[in-house]
Amino acid sequence: MTSIPLLSVLIWLPIATGIFVYALGTTERAAHWGKVIALSASVATLLLSVPLYVNFDPNISSMQFVERLPWIERFSAYYYLGVDGISVPLILLTTFLTPFIIIAGWEVIKLRPAQYFSAFLLLEGLMIGVFSSLDGLLFYVFWESMLIPMFIIIGVWGGANRVYATVKFFLYTFLGSVFMLIALIYMYLQVGAYSILDFHQLPLNLAEQIPIFMAFFLAFAVKVPMWPVHTWLPDAHVEAPTGGSVILAAVLLKMGGYGFIRFSLPIAPDASQALAGMMVALSLIAIIYIAFVALAQKDMKKLIAYSSIAHMGFVTLGFFVIFFIAVNSSGIEGASLALQGGMIQMISHGLISGALFLCVGVMYDRLHSREIDAYGGVANTMPKFAALMVFFALANAGLPGTSGFVGEFLVIVGSFQASFWLAFLAATTLIMGAAYTLWLIKRVIFGEVGNEGVASLKDIDRREFFMLAVLAFSILILGVWPAPLMELMEPTLGALLEHISQSKL
Amino acid sequence: MEIIYLTIVLAPLVAAVFSGLLGKQIGRSGAHSITIAGVFISFLLSLYALKAIAIDGAPIFNESIYRWGSVGGLTMEVGFLVDHLTVLMMTVVTFVSLAVHIYTIGYMHDDEGYQRFFSYISLFTFAMLMLVMSNNFLQLFFGWEAVGVISYLLIGFWFKKETAISANMKAFLVNRVGDFGFLLGIAALLMYAGSLDYYQVFSLAEDLSEQSIELFSGMQWSVLSVACICLFVGAMGKSAQVPLHVWLPDSMEGPTPISALIHAATMVTAGIFMVARMSPLFEFSQTALSLVLIIGATTAFFTGLLGVVQHDIKRVVAYSTLSQLGYMTVALGASAYAAGIFHLMTHAFFKALLFLAAGSVIIALHHEQDIRKMGGLRKYMPITYWTSLVGTLALVGFPGFSGFFSKDALIEAVHLSTIPGSGYAYWCVLLSVFVTALYSFRVFFLVFHGKERMDSDVKKHVKESPTVVTLPLILLAIPSIFIGWLTIEPVLFGGFFNQSIFILETPGVVGQLGDNFHGPLSFIVHAATASAAIYLAAAGALLAWFLYLKRPDLPQLFKEKLKIIHQVLENKYYFDSFNENFIAKGARMTANSFWRVGDEFFIDGLIVNGSARFVRFFSGVMRSIQSGYLYHYAFVMVVGLAIIIGLLIVG
Repeated sequence: MTSIPLLSVLIWLPIATGIFVYALGTTERAAHWGKVIALSASVATLLLSVPLYVNFDPNISSMQFVERLPWIERFSAYYYLGVDGISVPLILLTTFLTPFIIIAGWEVIKLRPAQYFSAFLLLEGLMIGVFSSLDGLLFYVFWESMLIPMFIIIGVWGGANRVYATVKFFLYTFLGSVFMLIALIYMYLQVGAYSILDFHQLPLNLAEQIPIFMAFFLAFAVKVPMWPVHTWLPDAHVEAPTGGSVILAAVLLKMGGYGFIRFSLPIAPDASQALAGMMVALSLIAIIYIAFVALAQKDMKKLIAYSSIAHMGFVTLGFFVIFFIAVNSSGIEGASLALQGGMIQMISHGLISGALFLCVGVMYDRLHSREIDAYGGVANTMPKFAALMVFFALANAGLPGTSGFVGEFLVIVGSFQASFWLAFLAATTLIMGAAYTLWLIKRVIFGEVGNEGVASLKDIDRREFFMLAVLAFSILILGVWPAPLMELMEPTLGALLEHISQSKL
Repeated sequence: MEIIYLTIVLAPLVAAVFSGLLGKQIGRSGAHSITIAGVFISFLLSLYALKAIAIDGAPIFNESIYRWGSVGGLTMEVGFLVDHLTVLMMTVVTFVSLAVHIYTIGYMHDDEGYQRFFSYISLFTFAMLMLVMSNNFLQLFFGWEAVGVISYLLIGFWFKKETAISANMKAFLVNRVGDFGFLLGIAALLMYAGSLDYYQVFSLAEDLSEQSIELFSGMQWSVLSVACICLFVGAMGKSAQVPLHVWLPDSMEGPTPISALIHAATMVTAGIFMVARMSPLFEFSQTALSLVLIIGATTAFFTGLLGVVQHDIKRVVAYSTLSQLGYMTVALGASAYAAGIFHLMTHAFFKALLFLAAGSVIIALHHEQDIRKMGGLRKYMPITYWTSLVGTLALVGFPGFSGFFSKDALIEAVHLSTIPGSGYAYWCVLLSVFVTALYSFRVFFLVFHGKERMDSDVKKHVKESPTVVTLPLILLAIPSIFIGWLTIEPVLFGGFFNQSIFILETPGVVGQLGDNFHGPLSFIVHAATASAAIYLAAAGALLAWFLYLKRPDLPQLFKEKLKIIHQVLENKYYFDSFNENFIAKGARMTANSFWRVGDEFFIDGLIVNGSARFVRFFSGVMRSIQSGYLYHYAFVMVVGLAIIIGLLIVG
């Protein structure tokens, strides 16, 4: 391994810079330099994550870039970091998106810009911390700390109803996390340490596994979010500033999926199996019911928020349908298809939903409305923007050749191996996903110029074009050639499947 | 050869990217030059490949280009399979596309979206080539959806037009219903065959037909039948078969070149091509074949009837397309795949011709599409007139024209078929010969003959279209006449598809026809003596002449006398109203009630905010208890003490 503690750098560089930028104050000079420093720090973090990808050996399924230092010796808690094929792509997603969020807010944020950008830097570091923690307590600290910058982002820079949204967001997620802490402490008492990898090996009977699973479930289901604990998300999105929405949809939701695959499945495989029916049912409700709810929305951000919930349904479906898939006579492991599909869906959804929220932000910055009815015929005045937004919409509808297809495809063909009807229900997304996305496009982008506001719109400038074009390009690349991403995750996921298939009973 | 095939696919893509992204920089002529060059390269190389494979006997090309991904023992690759079937499709697609590209220069001359349009049609050509050249199901699905999306963009090309952006969404969603089935079919094949590669799946076809899957408890279905039916649902969407045909007539809202390119010659034939490509699978499932046959026959006859009552020139041609697609589907169901593909090929030429001719008329009349406001155009537009006549004769199956050979062979093949449903199918296709001639000549006479019913100021400006418009008409008219005569023997009866299409029971219906085939001329003679089709066509044409030229007062009379039938036809068998009132409205209502009742009332209202209210209520109670007044506390203490003492005494 390299001598530089790369993961620590990735975590603490943005956090330290974030604190520094925060302390710059609220003068005009501070605003200017705050922006510049924040952008440089996020780009530096992105560049530093390149060696993480390059030096990561995908053929090893164990943890890499491991750092382990004593932290709170009384509780045998360690500052214990490491990454595998599950966390690397999520960390890359985080480092990749953060600069765009800063670029997106560049000219737009007028109120305390330095502090706005510092919040995102803090959030970036904390999120990377979550994805790389191998110590349960450390994980918990990062996990809960993430709430604070997000709380501030919505609470300070949010819309009119931001207090309701932040309180709802905070209570929902905090309530879930508390149960996770209990589960962590329970396992600590058994193991005598907080090491997540030790938790994986901890023998637990079903009577222990089920409460542990449920405790984690509460924490992660809220984050994903799964039906019926999803209603905080549309409110949070609607009130959050653009950057907040982007990071919320793109990365924060992935915390839930990550939690399931890092904690629930390997720690409580038998409980996961016992409760897989419930998980699959909830995922399908998210895919079908929420898709209908999305169809009814009149607010663009709410629509995309509901679309996010439906898309995240594929993540949880992919993760839990594996218990219904028998090993196939043809030698194709349907379970790997579904599991991979869930992971790819997370990465892809991060890019696509992020891009869609940026698009809404672009329009909001101009007309200060998120109502679908306030638009119409945007393509007339903003052709470049319209082309990009239509592209993102099609990706959201799972068009082959875009990343949106890959995950859904794998999860659907994987689910088919569990049951025809599961795949049938999941595949309804082909119709419903297209229906709500294209209807949105029809009402917002196409048609005659809807009103004077739309008539006065100016097409995207170079800054906006740059961020949307890069995202479009990456969505396209991942759709045309997902092999590198798949290969990055394959050995880790294979080992995970192997682990899950060994009952702890 | 790999580099040649790659070039065929990539040339239109590169051109599309240039004209799409750098449209402003390269300008209008830059855009059409580069895209035409791209498609022209593809066309020439396709011809070269056609010669290499069909004439020189070059080996079939089946190789992967790159690995798309691999998961859990499954490798997914992007690759090409180029055999006789493919190479024929490639040639047809690139040729029609080329004609359409040239025509577009004239048709879209004044349109501000000129570069965008060229970019789309080139991109479409790319997607269509990816579809037909694929050697695996993944790429097939890519091409399948990609043509769908580009058709979405093209139908909605004039995005200010409300009808256009409704039509394109409808087209995409209906296609997605098909794709939904298609994807499940692919999933079934992947599960049971363990591969996405055509040849590997085909080699296991017989195995799959013996395995069974339980969809409903207690009912065992053959895996292969389920997979084939699912795949065919996809074909029903793309090739507009009843009841998924509803998108095609509406898609006429797009510019005319699109109607020709997508909705006549290429995209809609994707389903036909796919089923023919999957013949090694369908052959093992008689259930699936019967379904294909019946759906196709129903489409052929009933949508043809609708063409008789339409007034929009393009819609008539659209309904005619539906009906002809039904013919092709019938051929597939009767295991006469070669006949289906043969009809696909001839149809591509004469239907593209008819669409482009209709477009030429529309330009001449300043975007008037109502045939009631046309008439007598023959003398103003001679080239359009004669080429339209060629197209019409080919369509109705005038002996010697291309459509005659393909349609007659097809009908005879269905006649020989013994699959359940073939009797019904035979009558449907035979009767629709009459219907086809009736609606085709109705339009032809109403547009080019009879009284001039245009507005007077439109009439003043009517003139023949420019060369860029008429040249493609001529280019397409030539094969519309000759291609049937020239190719019936090699393509249909010469075993051209032997390596591409599999038939379980040899010689099969086409083979039986081939045994009695002694050259095109005797084919005509045979058709004139042994089949009713020619006479039905003649009767249809005659009736059209009588009704629309000789006694133009009669149609109105019929309309009044046969009011119910007319209404049913006018409303297109109420498919659209059903979809609008039940499906679309139902979805919106479900959506609203899920949102208002499920999310807002139950989850948020009762549970989330309800628990918040409960906390507030509870804390209110607690607050009033903790009033801080000493006498309140003293009072509670006294009461409590009294209760305890009371309990002690009683106990």
